[in-house]
Amino acid sequence: MHNRASSVQKGRVISRRLFILTAAKLLLFAGITSRLYSLQISDREKYEILSDKNRIREWKTPPQRGLITDFYNKILADNDRVFQVHLSLDEIQNFDQIIFRLKNIINLSNNEIRKIYKTKEKLKPWDTLVASDNLDWSEFSKLNLYLHELEGVKPVVSSSRYYPYANNLVHIVGYVGQASIKDIERMEEIRENLVPGLKVGKSGIEYSNEKLLIGKYGIKRYEVNSSGKRISQLEHIKESQGSEIKTTIDLEVQKFAQELLKGQAGSICAMDIYTGEIIAMASSPTYDPNKFTHGINHKDWNEIRDNPLKPLVNKSIAGLYSPGSTLKPLVALAALEFGTIDPERAIECKGHKHPYELYGVKYHCWKKHGHGYMRLRNAIKQSCDTYFYETARLLGVDKLSIIAKRYGLGSNILKDIYFDEKKGIVPNTQWKKNAMGKSWYLGETVINGIGQGYIQTTPLQLCLMTAQIANGGYKIKPHILYDENINIENTKLEIAKQFTNDSLLGSPNTKENYLEEREYQLYERLYKNSQNINFVKDAMFGSTNEQYGTSYKSRYEDPKYQFAGKTGTSQVKRITEVERKLDLKQSQIEYKNRDHALYIAFAPYKDPRYSISVLIEHGGSGSRAAAPLANKLIKKIIDRHGIREQTRKANLTLA
Amino acid sequence: MLTERLYTSKYSFFDKLLAIDYFLIFIVIMIGAVSVFAIHSTEGGEFSYYTKNHLIRLVAFFVMFLFLSFIKIIFWYRNAYIFYFICLFLLIIVLLFGITASGSKRWINLYFLNLQPSELMKIAIIVCFARYYHKIQSADIQNYRFLLIPITLIIIPCYLVIAQPDLGTSILIAGSGIVVIWLAGLNIKYFVYSGLLLLVSFPFVVSILKPYQKSRILTFFNPDRDPLGTGYQIIQSKIAIGSGGFFGKGYLKGTQSYLEFLPEKHTDFIFTLFSEEFGFLGSIILLLLYILLIYRVISTGFIVRSFFAKLYCFGFASAIFLYVFVNISMVLGLLPIVGAPLPIMSYGGSSMLSIMLGLSIVMSCRIYSQDQISKY
Repeated sequence: MHNRASSVQKGRVISRRLFILTAAKLLLFAGITSRLYSLQISDREKYEILSDKNRIREWKTPPQRGLITDFYNKILADNDRVFQVHLSLDEIQNFDQIIFRLKNIINLSNNEIRKIYKTKEKLKPWDTLVASDNLDWSEFSKLNLYLHELEGVKPVVSSSRYYPYANNLVHIVGYVGQASIKDIERMEEIRENLVPGLKVGKSGIEYSNEKLLIGKYGIKRYEVNSSGKRISQLEHIKESQGSEIKTTIDLEVQKFAQELLKGQAGSICAMDIYTGEIIAMASSPTYDPNKFTHGINHKDWNEIRDNPLKPLVNKSIAGLYSPGSTLKPLVALAALEFGTIDPERAIECKGHKHPYELYGVKYHCWKKHGHGYMRLRNAIKQSCDTYFYETARLLGVDKLSIIAKRYGLGSNILKDIYFDEKKGIVPNTQWKKNAMGKSWYLGETVINGIGQGYIQTTPLQLCLMTAQIANGGYKIKPHILYDENINIENTKLEIAKQFTNDSLLGSPNTKENYLEEREYQLYERLYKNSQNINFVKDAMFGSTNEQYGTSYKSRYEDPKYQFAGKTGTSQVKRITEVERKLDLKQSQIEYKNRDHALYIAFAPYKDPRYSISVLIEHGGSGSRAAAPLANKLIKKIIDRHGIREQTRKANLTLA
Repeated sequence: MLTERLYTSKYSFFDKLLAIDYFLIFIVIMIGAVSVFAIHSTEGGEFSYYTKNHLIRLVAFFVMFLFLSFIKIIFWYRNAYIFYFICLFLLIIVLLFGITASGSKRWINLYFLNLQPSELMKIAIIVCFARYYHKIQSADIQNYRFLLIPITLIIIPCYLVIAQPDLGTSILIAGSGIVVIWLAGLNIKYFVYSGLLLLVSFPFVVSILKPYQKSRILTFFNPDRDPLGTGYQIIQSKIAIGSGGFFGKGYLKGTQSYLEFLPEKHTDFIFTLFSEEFGFLGSIILLLLYILLIYRVISTGFIVRSFFAKLYCFGFASAIFLYVFVNISMVLGLLPIVGAPLPIMSYGGSSMLSIMLGLSIVMSCRIYSQDQISKY
């Protein structure tokens, strides 16, 4: 019975215990259900996003760079097909082995291999590594032959910057290269578009107009598995191309100008004197921008960097030179405008035996035997230094600096495009006090009168100065990026309007405050009396087209090409008494001590339209080294004038 | 043994057929069918290795379940201890000669099957304890002397299984044993005390665990501790389940598992895959199937006459609950990832074998429900 009682007792206990256990089970199941509810219904969206994040991965494709063209829509900076090798890191089992195989197939140098390993460290395991971005065709086809053995290696045909007129435009267009940390920090657009191997502008228009040129990256969305392997492509948003940038450059003239400078260091600038369009801006020597696109090698870089003629410097805007005698028309203009000299006044130039003297210091004219009695027109025409010593002394450096600045010297012209542009120096008494803490000496004024001394200008500034004299003394805005709002009709209309306004109201330039330094509006007249401008232009005509003119040999008889100019020979080094006595020829002097040869001109004389400046570093005399180049260049420009005007009209009607 | 008197009834074959719990069989078939689809989905809809193996095992062990159902319950009673000690012996064999896979030594190579004795132990301990508590008087249950044996019987296999190392199965073995002791009627205070003791000794227990087990437990409390290491499984599993939503992503459309974000999707994380593809609705239905399974096992416990059978049925029902609860809580991030399969659903021969064996004993209890087993 004991056993039975125990059994009953046990039966009762087990039922009670089971009841408690079942209640606990149901409670726990309810817990599971509520957890499921919270995951799958309350927080569903959150987990859906996480799931998509898991399975979808985006790859950016590089943006297409905008093209850069010349005035005639000829492409100066193009996008060319290049052959690249991409390594999909997620698909490569044995990286070292693949690199070893690649090395033998496409000739990777040890340096390149080191670079590959370095970039690999920075990449994520599913990223793509650009192992080589510029294979030649034979390497590329060889790679394709071995492709089945190289898992994860992808031959890719991509596009990359190509400059078809390589050396001719490097200083204007610039070049591109691998985006550096500095580039990335510089611009939001670069950060946004950053993909492995992105090329960005490093100099010139490529650099300053990055925002317009860069375009917009594309996106490829792939479904990937947990190890990042691509399973399928879900979406492809195509990359877009940056804006096309049109320049005012005439490729033919530019090429021609570069050709003229070949073998010498120097610059040639050409400008439309009404619109301010820069037609050519050559600088020599040059280098090949295409070498930079895929990373320049050490040898080439050293060659460019160590060249004593400094190919990296854009001499048109970043080269500073004493203007020499090319400043004389401006000195004459200043003296006339301020009324400090009577153009009919004759000054005797007596040659080296009786030089111009001031407080015991002697100032020599370049002509050994002297010019004899000179009036102003003749002094410009034959470039008599003695006359301008005296003129400058009478004028004073402060008045000269006002006029020099007004006509475009001493200030930046294309700073918003070329960050390396130099301002130059237009000295005056105040400037010297600020810069050197010394007071001005009259002797410094005297040599300023022949464009020597402290004054420093860029060839483009000289070209602008010539343009603003040639167009009758009106302010223009030089530009290199084409602007359809600035055209010849508008410009002439604006000038005419200005002219009538002036005659009705009286220009500030006719009043006493002509002396003041101030900002001039576009197309505002810069002169006081147009006769003075005409006087200078006529003197420059004489210099080129009349006997005894310094550039008489480079003249054109044909009025179509006839131009007016002014030579300049700027001393690099002070000539000592001993040297003067030796009377050395330029070729006998050490290269770096030879004079710079300069020339400024405008053409055609009867109805001027273009101004030019030529500079040959250490070229010797302006009349011998620079003026003949101007002669050839002007013919080229005038010959192309008709087609330029036609194109301009076509552009306008299209727009 | 000789003193035992047995009151066995005579059953005709027809009686036996009538006594079979067809509803239980139906539920097993249902869960089995779902499991085949789930495993099929882990292979991306291909009928290959895993699906084929799973289907073969399911059918084979299901047939075995039906046959073993006709073994008299007295057989299990008589051989309960032998069964336990065979399993213990096998666990020692594993320790000495076991096959090692992914860092743990759990299997014995039987050529047609890699047997995991720890899975069998999950059943054996219930059978063993059912017999043990069948025999002792209710008054003796509270006596600590009678408590020492079951505790020893739990600790030895648990130690052997932890040493493999396999924390999950060892917890399930201990849990099954403790549940039977609970059902037998051991005073609640023992459970409270040992619970408190466990809580106090928890830091000590953690310190003797293997590094990977420790990190799993630490990661459970903070999955973001190591999102690509041990936390990865929990995070990915939650993402998969959560992104399933109410109706799920659809059969064979679970991106998390298809794209291999889910670890061990065939075995421990099969519920995650199922839940991703069939959503909240499917998960609740699967849960209901398990509840019905448990309910049918419990209901058998109510109609049997012997205490042994009753204790076994209730114990096994609770064990099934434990398996399901631990597995699902684990993949939902409610419990640490300890490695416990979901009954029938998970891929794995031994776990299928043990669950089918357990069910066949339940069925045997039902068929021979009128059998009495007496000590005297």
